[in-house]
Amino acid sequence: MSAPGLLGIMRLIVARDLKLAVRHWDQVVQPLIFFVIVTTLFPLAISPALDELRRIAPGVVWVAAMLASLLSLESLFRPDVEDGTMEQWALSAQPLSILLLAKTFTHWLLSGLPLVLMSPVVGTALGLPASVWPVLALSLALGTGSLSILGAIGAALTVAVRRGNVLLALLVLPLEMPVLIFGARAVDLAMQGESVVGPLNLMAALLLLFASLGPIAMAAAMRISVET
Amino acid sequence: MSQPSSDSTAPLLRASAVHLWRGDKHLLRGVNLTLQRGELLQIVGPNGVGKTSLLRCLAGLLPMESGEVHWEGRPISECRDVYQRALAYLAHANALKNDLTALENLRFSVGLRCTVTDEMLLDTLARVQIAHCADLPARALSAGQKRRLAIARVLLTNATLWILDEPITNLDVAGIELFERCVAEHLERGGAVLTAAHQLLLTGRPNVRTLELAA
Repeated sequence: MSAPGLLGIMRLIVARDLKLAVRHWDQVVQPLIFFVIVTTLFPLAISPALDELRRIAPGVVWVAAMLASLLSLESLFRPDVEDGTMEQWALSAQPLSILLLAKTFTHWLLSGLPLVLMSPVVGTALGLPASVWPVLALSLALGTGSLSILGAIGAALTVAVRRGNVLLALLVLPLEMPVLIFGARAVDLAMQGESVVGPLNLMAALLLLFASLGPIAMAAAMRISVET
Repeated sequence: MSQPSSDSTAPLLRASAVHLWRGDKHLLRGVNLTLQRGELLQIVGPNGVGKTSLLRCLAGLLPMESGEVHWEGRPISECRDVYQRALAYLAHANALKNDLTALENLRFSVGLRCTVTDEMLLDTLARVQIAHCADLPARALSAGQKRRLAIARVLLTNATLWILDEPITNLDVAGIELFERCVAEHLERGGAVLTAAHQLLLTGRPNVRTLELAA
């Protein structure tokens, strides 16, 4: 019996979480439905006039994406901590940071990627021209990755706190500001026909930063949470 | 003990002067214990005396205020990976996912530690006599069957030291007998077992000891 490699255990965790998600699909589609409903409510509430909608569209999409990613964070680690799985992971002689990164990646697959795929629909509802869709999708792809990782750090810190939702939002939302600003700015620039390289590069840099250092912070936070 | 390699004359596990505070309660007041290969040590004492906390300290899950835990002569903080590979820990919670089948639960939990085939998993399920439940979701299992599934995980992890927190909770008479056989075999192979227990196992054998924690 040989020890499995790091890629092997990451695959194992992704497979496990996807399987659990399929059996809990009603919880999984919640953020996506929230995202679609919130963004399509704006034309109804404000005005269907295209130029007015286009002005607010980048901000609306990004705020909705941020709140949608927050929705599913509460249940990211809590079930595993409560049923003792996390304790077993902490004792598994495998790096906890890698295990949690795999879990966060699955979280992105289930909560971030659907938003990216749904962005043309939402873009249409808000009157964004088709030429902007690729930038919208790309900014969401880069940005939701960062949101998932930042959210996972917050979730690991607050998982031992009963009813930690509010604390989690207070902790995570301010940290996510740069992602929101650059994401909305990229879409805005694309609509004015200007170069979007600047904000997209910055978002990619943020994603790399969070993906490299985030898992260490998650593991440290989780070890403290498991102790109690 | 300055040599870095493991010391063959040192006991497998040694804890000295373990002190632990929980809130403002001084729970563990200088607990000492040693465990050799082939030995079963059962920690007994009334509820709330700190049996679970002691096991969690020894497993390295809970940092203690003072005291040392040595694995083969080395502090566990210095050889965490070696120690964790040699350790199987069974808590109160069975660490099972209700939405996964018994077989899937086993595959995902054991798969983190060693590569196993479905055949080995099914063999072990048969050994703890729940082979017929392999494809049932864990939520459909009874409390005793869940405990057997958690024990199957311990059997499969190939560990030297088992730290088990009240392992026979919810087990029926046949289950307890089965579990005693598993423990006896593990001891014969040179393993060691540490349990917190209300009901003593394998009483009367020379390699079985108890440690009483007083309130």
